[in-house]
Amino acid sequence: MIETRQLHKRFGEQVVLSGLDLRIETGECVVIIGRSGGGKSILLKHLIGLMQPDHGDVLIDGECLTGLSERQLLPIRRKFGMLFQSAALFDSMTVAQNVGFALERSRQWTAKEIALKVAEALERVELPGIEQKRPSELSGGMRKRVGLARAIIYRPSIILYDEPTTGLDPIMADSIDHMIVRICQALNVTSVAVTHDMRSAGCIGQRILMLHEGRIYASGAPKEMFESNDPVVRQFVQGTSEQEKTP
Amino acid sequence: MIRRWQQGILDSLEGLGRFALFARDTLGGLFRPHTLNRELIYQLFFLGVKSQMVVLVTGAFTGMVLAAQTYFQFHKVRMDTATLAVVSVSMCSELGPVLTGLMVAGRVGAALAAELGTMRVTEQIDALRTLATHPVDYLVVPRVMAVILAMPLLTAESITVGIGAGYGIAVGFLGVEPGYIWHNMVTYTSTDHVYTGLIKASIYGAMIGLICCYKGMYCPDGAEGVGRATTAAVVYASITILVSNLFLTLFLNRVLGTHD
Repeated sequence: MIETRQLHKRFGEQVVLSGLDLRIETGECVVIIGRSGGGKSILLKHLIGLMQPDHGDVLIDGECLTGLSERQLLPIRRKFGMLFQSAALFDSMTVAQNVGFALERSRQWTAKEIALKVAEALERVELPGIEQKRPSELSGGMRKRVGLARAIIYRPSIILYDEPTTGLDPIMADSIDHMIVRICQALNVTSVAVTHDMRSAGCIGQRILMLHEGRIYASGAPKEMFESNDPVVRQFVQGTSEQEKTP
Repeated sequence: MIRRWQQGILDSLEGLGRFALFARDTLGGLFRPHTLNRELIYQLFFLGVKSQMVVLVTGAFTGMVLAAQTYFQFHKVRMDTATLAVVSVSMCSELGPVLTGLMVAGRVGAALAAELGTMRVTEQIDALRTLATHPVDYLVVPRVMAVILAMPLLTAESITVGIGAGYGIAVGFLGVEPGYIWHNMVTYTSTDHVYTGLIKASIYGAMIGLICCYKGMYCPDGAEGVGRATTAAVVYASITILVSNLFLTLFLNRVLGTHD
């Protein structure tokens, strides 16, 4: 279970999170939506301990992350897999080395076992046989899928997705969305995705949370959010700018 | 105005504190057994072997010009045969380690800061952290260890080539008597001069590695941030070498007694 209590974060004068409370149950697939620059990715980085809050707590399965050192956070992070917005593949390594990185670092597997698991993970993201390619040889969609394979290979219990479909064409975006749903069901993991793509949010999420002005402004099933009468939620869901609203 | 000064001082202190913690983490990592891995061997090759050409050229031409200039002055007082002793002592204790340090800071330091800075801005370092890997252990420790190991070896090469080139110029081009010049060089150069140079080289290696890796690991966002971090890394490493050289010279002279 993931929980945040009164999370505050500011950068200089800019307040990004202001008393954010959140609770995500084990096995749940949650999407966090909100405007660009609204702090979605910052929230995600707090959940995995890449950032520390100014005030407030982040709890993972009841264990508080706040104030822990980088070394104390390492074992907790083994519960997580994370897909970055840019995929963040290691560009000095091949696809196989990227995907098998965590297994190789754990020193519990032989090279042959790692190669098998890499092949299986790449199969799962529908990219078989690209082990020897370099990240620079891959398209944006392929990079995201390799990033996903790297995140799931060691079977984490929580997977975080940072803008999984940003910058992709609609067909590729739909393919990634369905892959996330399949992985969520097949591996029975807790999934948290942040996006501003409503179509993607509707496809992935069992529950949608809307981040607005540093707090969770609204929460509900995708259908409830799409049919909401709240002006802030409706404006975001329909994608209308302030100018269009003004008669 | 006063607030801005206060903020500047606070930022500087915060930066110093962060660097101290970074250095503690890195130096602690040097003594963990798992750091002796493939990455260290690769870094030794990239940072050490591939820096040889620039270090050898610098050493050779410094030795030659120092021999020529010393000869021009000593010839006036008929001390031609002391030329190589001056070259040797200077190369061993001062010019060898300092010039090697400056060349390595320029070549290797810039590469370290740019590589780690690019990894930071493209979220590769965050990706490492999410994969339960400490970025200092994985990225910084092998690089710093490689520079610490490579610097004394490069300095030894630079000193050897510098003295050899100085000998060549003095004997072959300026016509100094080879037997006497060699004898004087051996007489006036002690092993403590060599130790001084090699100890300094190791310390400069640690400085270059720590400063340049720190600048890369904490570089500001964007291409401009990487560029600024790279420049700052080379400038800070070079200035640190030059300033610390004075204090190291005084300290090592006291410890090793090379002034006697």
